[in-house]
Amino acid sequence: MSERTPILQMTSITKEFPGVKALSDVNLTVYPGEIHAICGENGAGKSTLMKVLSGVHPVGTYEGEIRFDGEVCEFRNIRDSEHKGIAIIHQELALSPYLSIAENIFMGNERAKSGVIDWNATNAEAAKLLKMVGLDSDPLTRIVDIGVGRQQLVEIAKALSKDVKLLILDEPTAALNDEDSANLLALMRRLRDEQGMTMIMISHKLNEIAAISDTTTVLRDGQTIKTLEMHGAKPVTEDEIISLMVGRSLDNRYPDHVSEIGEEVLRIEDWTVHHPLQSERKLVDKASITVRAGEVVGLAGLMGAGRTELAMSVFGRSYGANISGRVFMHGKEISPTSVGKAIDAGLAYVSEDRKRYGLNLIQPIKTNIVSAALGKLSSRGVVDRNEEIRVSEGYRKDMRIKSPSIDVLAGQLSGGNQQKVVLSKWIYTDPDVLILDEPTRGIDVGAKYEIYQIIDTLSDAGKAVLVISSELPELLGICDRIYTMSQGRITGYLDKAEADQEKLMALMTKEKESAAS
Amino acid sequence: MNSVTQYLSKNAREYGIWIALVLIVIMFQIMTNSLLLKPNNVAALVQQNAYVMILAIGMVMVIVAGHIDLSVGSVVAFVGGFTAIAMAKWDQPWIVAVLGAILLGALIGAWQGYWIAYVGIPAFIVTLAGMMIFRGLAIVTVGTTVAGLPRAFRNISNGSLPNALGFIGNLDVVTIVIGAVGVAALVFSQLRTRAAAAKHDIAVEPTAAFWGKIILIAAFAAYLTYLLANSRGTPIVLIIVGVLILVYTFILNRTVFGRHIYAIGGNLNAAILSGVNTRKTNFMIFVNIGMLAGVAAIVTTSRAGAAVAAAGQNYELDAIASCFIGGTAVTGGIGKISGAMIGALIMGVLNMGLSIMAVDAAWQQSIKGLVLLLAVALDLIGKRRTGR
Repeated sequence: MSERTPILQMTSITKEFPGVKALSDVNLTVYPGEIHAICGENGAGKSTLMKVLSGVHPVGTYEGEIRFDGEVCEFRNIRDSEHKGIAIIHQELALSPYLSIAENIFMGNERAKSGVIDWNATNAEAAKLLKMVGLDSDPLTRIVDIGVGRQQLVEIAKALSKDVKLLILDEPTAALNDEDSANLLALMRRLRDEQGMTMIMISHKLNEIAAISDTTTVLRDGQTIKTLEMHGAKPVTEDEIISLMVGRSLDNRYPDHVSEIGEEVLRIEDWTVHHPLQSERKLVDKASITVRAGEVVGLAGLMGAGRTELAMSVFGRSYGANISGRVFMHGKEISPTSVGKAIDAGLAYVSEDRKRYGLNLIQPIKTNIVSAALGKLSSRGVVDRNEEIRVSEGYRKDMRIKSPSIDVLAGQLSGGNQQKVVLSKWIYTDPDVLILDEPTRGIDVGAKYEIYQIIDTLSDAGKAVLVISSELPELLGICDRIYTMSQGRITGYLDKAEADQEKLMALMTKEKESAAS
Repeated sequence: MNSVTQYLSKNAREYGIWIALVLIVIMFQIMTNSLLLKPNNVAALVQQNAYVMILAIGMVMVIVAGHIDLSVGSVVAFVGGFTAIAMAKWDQPWIVAVLGAILLGALIGAWQGYWIAYVGIPAFIVTLAGMMIFRGLAIVTVGTTVAGLPRAFRNISNGSLPNALGFIGNLDVVTIVIGAVGVAALVFSQLRTRAAAAKHDIAVEPTAAFWGKIILIAAFAAYLTYLLANSRGTPIVLIIVGVLILVYTFILNRTVFGRHIYAIGGNLNAAILSGVNTRKTNFMIFVNIGMLAGVAAIVTTSRAGAAVAAAGQNYELDAIASCFIGGTAVTGGIGKISGAMIGALIMGVLNMGLSIMAVDAAWQQSIKGLVLLLAVALDLIGKRRTGR
């Protein structure tokens, strides 16, 4: 094996930001035709390493050597690295929504004759590329009209159009549902096997890494911890990777916890929600669920099953139109027609997208923590700033928010710490029911464990907790009971003891029975 | 690097605007042969720019919430016309006219706020419409110049507080007392904030930077007091502007309403999902700037001693420019009243300095435009250099 020549060799890469050493003496060797996974906790240095490689951090701002395709490279910008055949597909897709697939593929690289676009060539070549990535859409379709999974494929087609030798995918399946993820992984496998494409994949998802990668490099705290041969004599287990990532062995990914379940707190009956624009479309269809005090209840479902729509519509009608159904708190019917009323009734909703819906990123931690319960620390409309400091300082300590002070802007925190700020904000409203929508999305393994502990503390305090998650092992690990949703309907529920991934998946994919049967 | 210089370089952006103001003042002081800071000019600086400062207070709140208000200039003309007619033609006492102006401003703000907050039309469009509507109404109402306004009313923008306490040498004692109380209050409140912060283990400025700042501001205030005491005393309009600055700084920093404004501008979705009544807040923001436009109309009409339909031309642009020079973010969520006030003063000093130097009005416009562009460019470059 060692006689192969690597296509990429990064040697002793060290990159410092003011006050932080983001990368220290990192080595990465990638061989042609392999899928090389890079994994590590948030802040381990994965993205920084890729930014060094692609020229976002130009030569001179780091130490070390990059050797690509046989020559030493000194990239001054992204253009330089693209020129050599290195393409990055970022986590956040960079497509222009109102342009067609074909226009996006050739953006910045237009098929033109003396400045005039050759539309025939553009569309014909786009069609060819789409075929290569297995996307059956018309190249003239606008980006807004296709789903995220397909957009991801368009990004890959765009990279392929540039004669790429090394394709870097940053968390390619983070925003995709299971089916789209499977498609993408199959495509990556095909590109490797049929075209000999070399790929680097940054991922949090260990099962994907195990399924697809040939080699895995683990980073921790800006250092290379180990490079694993995935097809060696001894198979690499997920737990092995995890223990390398966190630097300790995680015997248990979920804290042990026994819930003391009390009276029913939240009951939703026959809840129906229609699409805000397409009034005929039912997103939630007569859903009924109950959550009891101290109980952690899961809500499982594939993307588009209506989980978030259910939660947000109950939480002050924040989503959807033509909503019907009844909500009871402690057996008494409530009518949470606005977010304010929902909060007053004791509901809290922690959104799946904390940057968009949870935080004011340009304001400090303390302002965010008190923002949903300003009434509690103000009198006659005047905020008690000392109380604000005391409260948020308390949460910083209790929730172990890692930051030098509560005056740090929320946008400067890591994902796990941002999530703790959002959780603090809602816990401070002193709710009876917390709805947590994908509470550990985009959070590294260590911080996930802390979030689970927080959930358990809430349960111990007698709160009713409803957890929406796309990760079934997570639901199985922390919930007392799990509801399943499919096509807007609740298709069943399983107690912790009887639930397993297969049973849940069967309920999550249960189709609507036809009216005749 | 010691802690003070480190602190200063880290907060250069915040202090940059103050430094810019001082540099501009020094520059004009030299270029006008020390005419700029003549006592009467300082009083006139305040009296001539009161309207920008009043409008900029409202505009900061509008821009922080992610909106814009293009209508304030026309509103000033319309309300000013109404006020003058109330006094000159309907023989109303000046105090009734003043209250009527504020009420009319608030009503106009409510009208625009309704379309913005409850119907959901972007503020740019509603206030662009308002700019035309109220300019038109001003022309209809005022017709020819309305003059003959009561002396008390004209005194608002042209007069000074009476020298009730006599003189020390050449200096008006009332002004000195006001200046001294102001400086003492400033030092006291800064010390209190600092003590509270220290008690809660919050990072405070290094002691040297803190006292340096206080001494500089106090010296500046003392010098200003000296100049004013040397002229005809404290301009009445300075008291009005000062009270407004204090009240609105308190509102923005310390009240739930103020918090909601920043929350809406920082992340609208998060604000909605945190239970902020965004409609009501947006509505109130426009009622408020309408009210302040009413005050600006009083000040402007009083200053001119008459109402004309063409009053308030481009006032909205002056106010918006002051906010942006003062570091208010175009995208909303960030902005301070103190910044906008400095921005307004920079524009005012430019106006006055260039006028003293007898620079042509057309050139003055261009120079002010360049300053706006430079200020925001420096701000951006500074942000990029400090990274993130």
